[in-house]
Amino acid sequence: MEYSHLQRQAAYMKKSLFDQGYLNEQFYQLEELQDEDSPNFVEDMVTSCFRDSTRLLSNIEQVLEKCPPDFGKLDTYMHKFKGNTSSIGASRVMNECTQFRECCDEENIEGCLKSFQKMKREHAVLRQKLESYFQLLRQDGPVERAARASN
Amino acid sequence: MENPSRAEAFPVGLRVLVVDDDPTWMKILEKMLRKCSYEVTTCGLATVALSLLRGRRDKFDIVISDVNMPDMDGFELLEQVGLEMDLPVIMMSVNGETSRVMKGVQHGACDYLLKPIRMKELRNIWQHVYRKKMHELKEVEDHDISEDIQMSRSFSEDFDDRQGCLGKRKDLDSKETSDQECNDTAAVKKSRVVWSVDLHQKFVNAVKEIGFDKVGPKKILDLMNIPGLTRENVGSHLQKYRLYLSRLQKQHEERSSVKNIQPDFNPTGPRANFQNSATMNQISASGRYVPITQNFQAYNRTPAIFANNVKSTVALRLKDQMGTISSVETSTPKQEPWSNGIPLTSCVQRSKHDHEPNSSLEDCSHLPLTGQIHQTTTSQSLPPTSIISVACNPEQKTASTRTKPALNSTVVLPVICTSDSVSVQVERGSVDSQGFGVKHETDGSKIWMSPLREPRAKNEKDFVSLPEESPLSSLQNIGCFENIGLNSMDIFQHTGSTSLTGFHSNWYDGLEFNGDYSFDPVEYQVTDDCLFV
Repeated sequence: MEYSHLQRQAAYMKKSLFDQGYLNEQFYQLEELQDEDSPNFVEDMVTSCFRDSTRLLSNIEQVLEKCPPDFGKLDTYMHKFKGNTSSIGASRVMNECTQFRECCDEENIEGCLKSFQKMKREHAVLRQKLESYFQLLRQDGPVERAARASN
Repeated sequence: MENPSRAEAFPVGLRVLVVDDDPTWMKILEKMLRKCSYEVTTCGLATVALSLLRGRRDKFDIVISDVNMPDMDGFELLEQVGLEMDLPVIMMSVNGETSRVMKGVQHGACDYLLKPIRMKELRNIWQHVYRKKMHELKEVEDHDISEDIQMSRSFSEDFDDRQGCLGKRKDLDSKETSDQECNDTAAVKKSRVVWSVDLHQKFVNAVKEIGFDKVGPKKILDLMNIPGLTRENVGSHLQKYRLYLSRLQKQHEERSSVKNIQPDFNPTGPRANFQNSATMNQISASGRYVPITQNFQAYNRTPAIFANNVKSTVALRLKDQMGTISSVETSTPKQEPWSNGIPLTSCVQRSKHDHEPNSSLEDCSHLPLTGQIHQTTTSQSLPPTSIISVACNPEQKTASTRTKPALNSTVVLPVICTSDSVSVQVERGSVDSQGFGVKHETDGSKIWMSPLREPRAKNEKDFVSLPEESPLSSLQNIGCFENIGLNSMDIFQHTGSTSLTGFHSNWYDGLEFNGDYSFDPVEYQVTDDCLFV
């Protein structure tokens, strides 16, 4: 099957996302679920995920602004955030969540703040990359996309 | 909720309830499960999930829930589902800490999945449903086997001990659901241990005696001394009980205080015992269908016929005026071994000395048995109280005529029919009979009784023949049909045109019945056939 330039670009992008640990196997799972009934399943899930995770990040930020922060709430939000990002396989973000929770348990405010910043960064980067990725895909024809999705 | 795909091979069409407050995961899980050909219902709140489950108890096969729900702790949901509905529950979490997983298992989760969840993990969840059913089946088998042995042995023992075992309200609902769950399994019929109020009370007493800290299933089992109850039964009940207690502490949840719904029998001498036994089945005798939902499996009761599926006990109490009740064992010619699931019917008859051998009762033994009845345990020796176990036979009618039992004899027939269909026919003695037939059908968890025939006017005459009590009151006494210690009080409300009065009027003149039954006396058709309930 011939791959257009766009296709190859998209494929490359995806590969690098995996190689760099931005994404994990869960992303493949989403791709497997994409079918005729839900042709944009992956993108829909990513969109949904980012919508919730962004909201959660701002919640966490609000809690962190307090002094001292409510660690119980932080833990709760973080748990939700981690669960949420796990849905698309955002592994780097998830790793940062684990770090954050450790700081939370230790009630290490400094650590929490640092970790939170990292989390935000990873979150933003991933979002950007995935947006580009889907843009590439959209530029392709649907057939090619489906074919690629099943790879 | 019809699920046509259930006609296909299991596990296609497995009905899954997914509870997760993360919308993204919800969609993913739904998609995954649909791809496995399961039927999915999603729910974002634990409380909504619970009400869904409660509202449609037999509509789901398995529940998958996230541990962290906003409105309720996932473990609590898990516990509630386990207690009330006894469905397998799978927990999910992004947190895979051993302590959490352990907690999940302790609370009864049959599996604990870590997010992100792969589809292949979901594909296999049917095994939990299957395993549970197998387990229940085995429990039933074990119980029934031991019960067969026990019943005959213990029947002649102190009946008082067993009285209370008869089905009371107690965890009716929870068992109901489990029974209903059983219904879903096509040909699988099983009985479950029904933790009646009384049985549970014994359990609690045992726990208290042993000491909550030192308690263990084996100790409890020994103390309770309920034949047929297995260590497993006790173990799982203990686990639930523990969770329940801890939840109670938190919530001050009101325990079901519905105790014995069954009317109290007037204890009168020897009959008292029996009366108190919840073997009285409530049959309004109006021929209406009444669901019988429970099994009395755990009851070490009077002749109980346990069917694989549902057990219902119908007790006809024939009271002997003299208060002497003799036990009569009937052996139905057609009576198959219990394993055949033909309900038994041991007719115990307390009757006057001059009471004819209640051939009518004895004839009960002729009760036709149908293969529909799966398994029965029958008490060969009835307790002194008059208990007549009636075999359930939906189809046949015995042609034999019964002699009228001695007058003034009250016979209580506890009949536990666990067959799909049970016909209750009261045999009439001298009177020509109409069949009082109660067609007893089980739709899995319930046994419906319906009259076989419309009562005939003849019954009225029969009533008249009652020397002592009016047919109605007698019939009321027969209300024993109504509240036979079935676990579920829903059962056996035989309301219909059939009346028991005819029944007992035929059999016994001057039969006394316990008027305590809140029974809607109506005419029962009485037939010459065996009395079988």
